[in-house]
Amino acid sequence: MEDRENAKRVVFVTVGTTSFDALVKAVVSEDVKDELQKRGFTHLLIQMGRGIFFPNKCDGADGSLVVDYFTFSSSIADYIRSASLVISHAGSGSIFETLKLGKPLIVVVNEDLMDNHQCELAEALEERKHLYYTHPHTLHQTLTKMELESLVQYTPGDGTPVARIIDRFLGFPDD
Amino acid sequence: MEEGCSCIYSRMASRFSIGLLMILAIVLLMVRVLYVIYRCGKPLPKGVSQSFTTLIVLGSGGHTAEMLSLLSVLRKDRFTPRFYIAAATDNMSLQKARSFEDSVAEKPAVKEASSQFMQIYRSREVGQSYVTSVWTTIVAIVHALWLMIRIRPQVILCNGPGTCIPLCVIAFVFKVLGIRWSSIFYVESVARVKKLSLSGVLLYKLRIADQFFVQWPQLQNKYPRAHYVGCLM
Repeated sequence: MEDRENAKRVVFVTVGTTSFDALVKAVVSEDVKDELQKRGFTHLLIQMGRGIFFPNKCDGADGSLVVDYFTFSSSIADYIRSASLVISHAGSGSIFETLKLGKPLIVVVNEDLMDNHQCELAEALEERKHLYYTHPHTLHQTLTKMELESLVQYTPGDGTPVARIIDRFLGFPDD
Repeated sequence: MEEGCSCIYSRMASRFSIGLLMILAIVLLMVRVLYVIYRCGKPLPKGVSQSFTTLIVLGSGGHTAEMLSLLSVLRKDRFTPRFYIAAATDNMSLQKARSFEDSVAEKPAVKEASSQFMQIYRSREVGQSYVTSVWTTIVAIVHALWLMIRIRPQVILCNGPGTCIPLCVIAFVFKVLGIRWSSIFYVESVARVKKLSLSGVLLYKLRIADQFFVQWPQLQNKYPRAHYVGCLM
């Protein structure tokens, strides 16, 4: 029993409060599932948000990837914590929540969204090697090429520089 | 005949003086606006106040999380009482703000001023037709005016959602009319790397924000009056 638990490696997929069927479909495609299994992942858990494409659940009895899904949760922090890989939409909330928990992250951009300023953030963080950034139709390619150990751990920022400038501007003494 | 002539002349004179007065008023207003813009970027005198009534504008998406991240490093005694405003259709933001206030509340509330949480009508919902948007924008502006008159903040913290625009514009008008001087601090969202949001562009170009912050160096290159402060998250 213990061995099975130790061997459990979960891929957690999240689309936040959006609808992102293209990602859900890509993630349960045979190519992607095969690649994930090759990489040693055993479970695929999908938070599918407002999407209308419901993937097939799979109990993995035949040795294939265990697939499960749910729509929403008040907090996905625990799911991220128990995952070995997170595949997320490009929302800043999901991105930073995952990076702060120190998990490897692949960000997938939703091409159906108008005004896709979200990809700027994912691109910038990929340039700093904090995550991988891809599209639904290139997810499989990214999975085959990725080297998770080469990702750089993200150091959380904070608002102290802003606070200092605001305090000084309002005439407060420096602490 | 003479009376008729003097009537005409006095009518002309009064129209002339009304016209002159109007021009004078407009010139004075313009001078006042330029003065306000000039003073906007200037820090306040040291020690001018121990605490400031603060308005915090929240927004859906990552906006509220970023705002709370900033608030967590501000000294609460300096920014009090605190008023939180979120769009009427945004369900999560005020909840998160309440949790935040609960978590920083000092035990047994020496209830100084407690925080307040308010909702504001949105000028336009995503996908709303532009025709009906004219009316809803008017309603939103009137509602914003009502809230601002009640709150009269001395400090405004905002980071991008469209709801902050009517509030900041009204704050600027209050400054011009001498109703209330406020310091407006705008922090562009961490998701904006190469381009400012529409709110950011407006507040930067119109010089309505007293201090403008960006989280990526690319933006500071394009907008030199902004402070580059790195990622808040």
